[in-house]
Amino acid sequence: MELLINIFVNGLATGMLIFLLAAGLTLIFGLMDVLNFAHGGLFVWGAFAAVWTYTATDSFMLAILGALLTGVVLGFVTEKLIIAPVYGNHVQQILITLGFMLVLTEMIKVVFGPNQLAAGVPSYLAGSFEIGDVILIKYRLFIIVTGFVVFALIQFILKRTKIGLIVRAGVLNKDMVQALGIHIKKVFLYTFIAGAALAAFGGALMAPYSGVVYAEMGLEFGILAFIVVVIGGMGSLPGSLFAAILVGLAGSFMAYYVPDLSLAVNMILMAIVLIFRPQGLFAARG
Amino acid sequence: MTFMQTKDLTIQFGGHTAVDHVSFTLPEKQFKSVIGPNGAGKTTFFNLLSGELKPTKGEIFYKGESLRGVSAVDRTRLGIGRSYQITNVFPNLTVFENVRLAVQSKSKIRYPFWKSAHSYHELAEETHELLKQVLLDNKAQLFASQLSHGEKRKLEIAMLLALDTEVLLLDEPTAGMSLEEVPAILNVIHSIKEQGTKTILLIEHKMDMILDLSDSIMVLFNGKLLADGTPGEIMENETVQQAYLGGY
Ligand SMILES: Nc1ncnc2c1ncn2[C@@H]1O[C@H](COP(=O)(O)OP(=O)(O)OP(=O)(O)O)[C@@H](O)[C@H]1O
Ligand SMILES: [Mg+2]
Repeated sequence: MELLINIFVNGLATGMLIFLLAAGLTLIFGLMDVLNFAHGGLFVWGAFAAVWTYTATDSFMLAILGALLTGVVLGFVTEKLIIAPVYGNHVQQILITLGFMLVLTEMIKVVFGPNQLAAGVPSYLAGSFEIGDVILIKYRLFIIVTGFVVFALIQFILKRTKIGLIVRAGVLNKDMVQALGIHIKKVFLYTFIAGAALAAFGGALMAPYSGVVYAEMGLEFGILAFIVVVIGGMGSLPGSLFAAILVGLAGSFMAYYVPDLSLAVNMILMAIVLIFRPQGLFAARG
Repeated sequence: MTFMQTKDLTIQFGGHTAVDHVSFTLPEKQFKSVIGPNGAGKTTFFNLLSGELKPTKGEIFYKGESLRGVSAVDRTRLGIGRSYQITNVFPNLTVFENVRLAVQSKSKIRYPFWKSAHSYHELAEETHELLKQVLLDNKAQLFASQLSHGEKRKLEIAMLLALDTEVLLLDEPTAGMSLEEVPAILNVIHSIKEQGTKTILLIEHKMDMILDLSDSIMVLFNGKLLADGTPGEIMENETVQQAYLGGY
């Protein structure tokens, strides 16, 4: 029982980190119709920015802020220089964002050095709760709670604000939104920056969770987030949350019971969804 | 200064000329209908005016200024609003949200810096007024996808009215409607006309409706402007009779 709970909590925490990455990715795809393979690069930059700031200041709060700032700046630059020129052309998007992903990964090594960095957990989030026989690691619970809070926050923005209404409408029909006199390109930029900030935030939370950060983790998590977006349905936020938890749990149970399959399981999940529901589990466009 | 006009407006798709050297003028506050057989180029003409298509040749003027290079979004912001021949609403948003989106866009265009002018409450109130006007206020919380075809068209009109543009381009607002649904739309269009604040261009096939509403009628045939005049003139025009109105 204790083991099951631990595997479950572990999977849930991993799922939430993937969700932070996938949330931006799914909105960027749903709204802007952009395939962004550089999204993992924003995640890894967030992770390194956080670790660097944490080492320099010893403040977890400042580390998170540093990651968010990095995400916002990188998001702005990426949208303007990399994404905006290739709107409407998927092939070009794949080529240029894959290329940019490699650049972002290599730049990590240039700026922070080629070795992995150790990342610490702030003292107030270190340790664990013991409930009977069950030991729950505090930081994992923190990630899970944060994930749900972020989900609720994004849902609130989408459902209750003016910009949220524009985004939801834009996911359904961009041309119609423009016919209403709304400059959707500006909304694209804001959405991209928000998605980049979320990815960087995910990276910042990831660092103390895994204990180390290394340049290639962006690629690894970027692929997981992409699988999640496909399973959940491109453009659907609840879909991404559901799929991220699914992928997180599947990964953590498989890693324990059938370790040989733990990498393949996500691909298998995605293949099954693509065969039976190609639009994803929670397709945004009806 | 003519309110709106085109000069030699032309567009070709491959070898086919869908709109062919059309020069027309639309005085302010006039109600003009566009008629012509299927494939005559009416919708394409609208797409050129609204900026969704770029002309191969020719020019559009609005309040004396050329619209060359002005995007579709900016034309809406300048005051040219349109509805579509194919129903065009956001299916997975509620009826209320569909209209509120248009209301909020208008208030942003009007008062880009004056935040207090579009509080959530005021936007909601204006949205409800518009829904009442098209008799959809009892369906506000349904998803647009749950509406009947006729109701969707009413919703579209409400969205267009929400934008409150000076020019309304209406592309067959009664297309695909059942006979019982037509009068409601007709009433809405009548009441817009009676308010006398809009310049309206209407594409329709229903002649009784056109004769009832129009100050002037233009006839397109094979992309060319065949005639343009008062309803009386058009009904008596022999070329028009032969080309299009045969049955009337
Ligand atoms: N994007 C396009 N590409 C190629 N041909 C087009 C395009 N749009 C319209 N056409 C052609 O231009 C001609 C005019 O079409 P249009 O839709 O403007 O006619 P219409 O007068 O609106 O007809 P209807 O009464 O059936 O709505 C048609 O022959 C059509 O096939
Ligand atoms: Mg047409």
